[in-house]
Amino acid sequence: MANSSPAKKSVLWDWLTTVDHKKIGIMYFLAGLFFFAVAGLEAILMRIQLMFPEMSFLGEQTYNELLTMHGTTMLFLAAMPLFFGFMNFVVPLQIGARDVAFPFINSLGFWLFLFGGIILNVSWFTGGAPDAAWTSYVPLSSDSPGHGVDYYVMGLQVSGAGTLMSGINFLVTIVNMRAPGMSMMRMPLFTWSTFVTSMLILFAFPALTVGLLLLMLDRIFGGAFFDVAMGGNVVIWQHLFWIFGHPEVYILILPAFGIFSEVISTFAKKRLFGYSAMVFATLIIGFLGFMVWAHHMFTVGMGPVANAIFAVATMAIAVPTGIKIFNWLLTLWGGRIRFTVANLFALAFIPSFVMGGVTGVMLATSAANYQFHDTYFVVAHFHYVIIGGSVFGIFAGTFYWWPKMFGYRLSEAWGKWFFWLFLIGFHMTFFVQHFLGLMGMPRRVASYLDGQNLNDLNFISTMGAFFMGTAFILLVINVLISRKNTENTDDPWDGRTLEWATTSPVQEYNFAQTPLVRDLDALFYEKMNGDGRMKAAEPLGDIHMPNGSILPIFIALGLSIASFGVIYYSWPVIIGGLVVTFFTMMLRSVIEDHGYNIPVSEITGEKGEDK
Amino acid sequence: MKHMLKLLPFSLILLLAGCGMENLSALDPRGPVAEMQLSLIQLSLYIMIFVIVIVFSIYAFVLIRFRERPGDTHIPKQVHGNRTLEFIWTTIPILLLLLLAIPNVMDTFTLADTGIPDEGVDEELLDEDDEVQDYVVIEAHAHQFWWEFVYPDLGVNAGQDMYIPTDTRVIVELEASDVIHSFWVPALAGKQDNVPGITNDLWFEAPEEGIYMGKCTEICGPSHWLMDFKVVAVDPDTFDSWAETMAEPPEDQLEPEGEVAVEGRDIFVENCIACHAIGDEGGNTGPNFTNYSERTVVAGFLEYSDDNLHDWIRDPDSLKPGNEMPGFGEEAISDDEMDALIEYINTLSVLDE
Repeated sequence: MANSSPAKKSVLWDWLTTVDHKKIGIMYFLAGLFFFAVAGLEAILMRIQLMFPEMSFLGEQTYNELLTMHGTTMLFLAAMPLFFGFMNFVVPLQIGARDVAFPFINSLGFWLFLFGGIILNVSWFTGGAPDAAWTSYVPLSSDSPGHGVDYYVMGLQVSGAGTLMSGINFLVTIVNMRAPGMSMMRMPLFTWSTFVTSMLILFAFPALTVGLLLLMLDRIFGGAFFDVAMGGNVVIWQHLFWIFGHPEVYILILPAFGIFSEVISTFAKKRLFGYSAMVFATLIIGFLGFMVWAHHMFTVGMGPVANAIFAVATMAIAVPTGIKIFNWLLTLWGGRIRFTVANLFALAFIPSFVMGGVTGVMLATSAANYQFHDTYFVVAHFHYVIIGGSVFGIFAGTFYWWPKMFGYRLSEAWGKWFFWLFLIGFHMTFFVQHFLGLMGMPRRVASYLDGQNLNDLNFISTMGAFFMGTAFILLVINVLISRKNTENTDDPWDGRTLEWATTSPVQEYNFAQTPLVRDLDALFYEKMNGDGRMKAAEPLGDIHMPNGSILPIFIALGLSIASFGVIYYSWPVIIGGLVVTFFTMMLRSVIEDHGYNIPVSEITGEKGEDK
Repeated sequence: MKHMLKLLPFSLILLLAGCGMENLSALDPRGPVAEMQLSLIQLSLYIMIFVIVIVFSIYAFVLIRFRERPGDTHIPKQVHGNRTLEFIWTTIPILLLLLLAIPNVMDTFTLADTGIPDEGVDEELLDEDDEVQDYVVIEAHAHQFWWEFVYPDLGVNAGQDMYIPTDTRVIVELEASDVIHSFWVPALAGKQDNVPGITNDLWFEAPEEGIYMGKCTEICGPSHWLMDFKVVAVDPDTFDSWAETMAEPPEDQLEPEGEVAVEGRDIFVENCIACHAIGDEGGNTGPNFTNYSERTVVAGFLEYSDDNLHDWIRDPDSLKPGNEMPGFGEEAISDDEMDALIEYINTLSVLDE
């Protein structure tokens, strides 16, 4: 039975039970930021260890644990959730929807991610974190003593399930819930990149799930998939991992491309140049992303035919990426460019990412890759694309959407200090690493010997890392001191897309009336050709909303308990955990929940969106 | 623009640092394979610098020319796109990539061809008189955290130092006994992985004599960073006599002269030989000791000295965590016995000096 309005709840209970895409987005964002800080601290510790040759600041084992957790946390628990935060918050607004297609699943996806992240990090306190690097190549991972790698397997399995659900949810949302008039080819680029990213998640994560399952069976249940003595094959893991792992790097970069497209277009005050080319380039990158996984394995002995094919396929990705770069440059061309912090990150992205992209082509050169592979050259390359691409994208998105998400604007002055310090630190840390690699420094080394001409560049690199760490502190200060900047938050940047047609903070129902979309950059079109307000596509009426639910936490909690049962091989705990999960799922099935209605009177009473 | 300026100091530092250490750096190749790879790296770098210059020029122009000036409130023209431009920046990158892809495919096949297919010998290994050139096959077995080099045709097993003849094709067959490792001698050749259950191979040549540094490049445990080895290139005659002596060590290694060395020999037989063979006498759980005193380093990384040998034998795990060698405390080998043992180890050599 649909009642009029839920009873007043405590703030904590409200957040724990919420199925509102905006609150889930904010929770993703804050959790991602927390893990970003943790993984960043791990990176700083490693750079201190590498500041001088033969340092004994950290032991070798600790170093290997840090490098594993840094990579795993950054990719799975920081970068992806931060993007998921933006996607959750922004995509329904950009397409003029009231929520995602499956709000309950959305909440479940978040809690699974969070519990998975917690499982992974509990390993620090229970005898040692995973130590076989984020790629966890067997047999190093399958033979790794202790429970560290078990935490890796179960933590990623749980958070991966959440990611997969979220991906499906975004696909359904974008296909089904667009406002009237918003055809696929009128969708903002960020929504497009979310769509393609979700497709990548849908096809890539199952490969990881299978790989982790095999590793779990080998480690805990006496399997022999990777045991050479029993006829197993260790290279299978690498294929499974990279069939997931290569699309994963596009999962991390495509949303950033989307953010840059929004930010550059907004701050150049121009429509995105070559919109349809941008869309198709995104699709092609997504497709080719599945065709190139073995370029991570040139030295594993696949033979010259496979190496040559994967080398050429990899180089092909440079073409759609190049198209995007030139389209961004031409979007800026003839524009009126404002150097806000969001745009500074977008502008710094272009040269930084081009540098990371060209080293990508160099790495794709299979015969030369025999020199590059598993050296600091590779470390430099992927930090250039992941920081210069994904992280700059996250920071651009942070400054761009902060007013919409949190209802106040971040300080531009502090933001600029943050930006310059971070940019300089980033290039200082990673530019020199190209040379370290070619000068004979393998990656994932806990230290290096004196007298090999590696000292100076490593020292510079560590100094750069300190710059980046300091910059991050400036960002945190900025967040804390800017809370008073609450004026002009509805549409502070003179935005072009639908999310800027709402109030800040956004009403829980997003739009009082579903907007009618008349062109690409729907809001900008109305600003130019209408009265600056979105036209309504429906009469004002009661709005039906879903009820919050505590059940997702219990489903995720049950799976986490079962995971600990697997890690410590205890059947009662495994079964107990699964009972909690399945019982909760049954409750969800049998309890009738029709949601509630927000009456028109309440909407008009506080109507303020739509401007 | 600001971007470029920021990079300037770095390039100066790089000039000062040079190209890295001799016989370690891939930027300073010492053999045809590493040279081939460096020239491919340079080709890709030049193409990429060309791309970077174009992008950065447009970028700098756009940022300067189209920045918002105070008081400017005009709404720029909303351009949809330009087919010609899009065609240009799709085709030119394709052409540039072809320029790189073709030599790369050729080099990939060249590097994969060791010259000894199953039936007979590749033509590349024939000289003008259709005689088969010399080549030497070496199996590189990777262990946590050391390297074993087996010369199957010569009956030689060598630890840590891989002796090769100059100007001869060296064909390395890569195997691993525990986890995945990777064989890399940057100045001579790029790497290939040692994968358990699979035999990979690679080839290279060293025209000049010298000691080239090799490293494991696949994370293989705590002491991954210390899993170094050396490739020692000597002239073919020296190599032949080295191999001969390695296969059949001189008498005085088995029955050394001098009272102290004899005592050391006994201690070695009692404690060490089960893992460290001399010639073909003893086990191969650890590196072969036949030519131990000719090593330049202890345990792959410590300067060769009596003190370091002493410290290593007493407590290997503190120096190289996770390695398989047990420590020998004073209850196992007393200080006097240790001196004798080290004196004996110092006599283990196969090359005439």
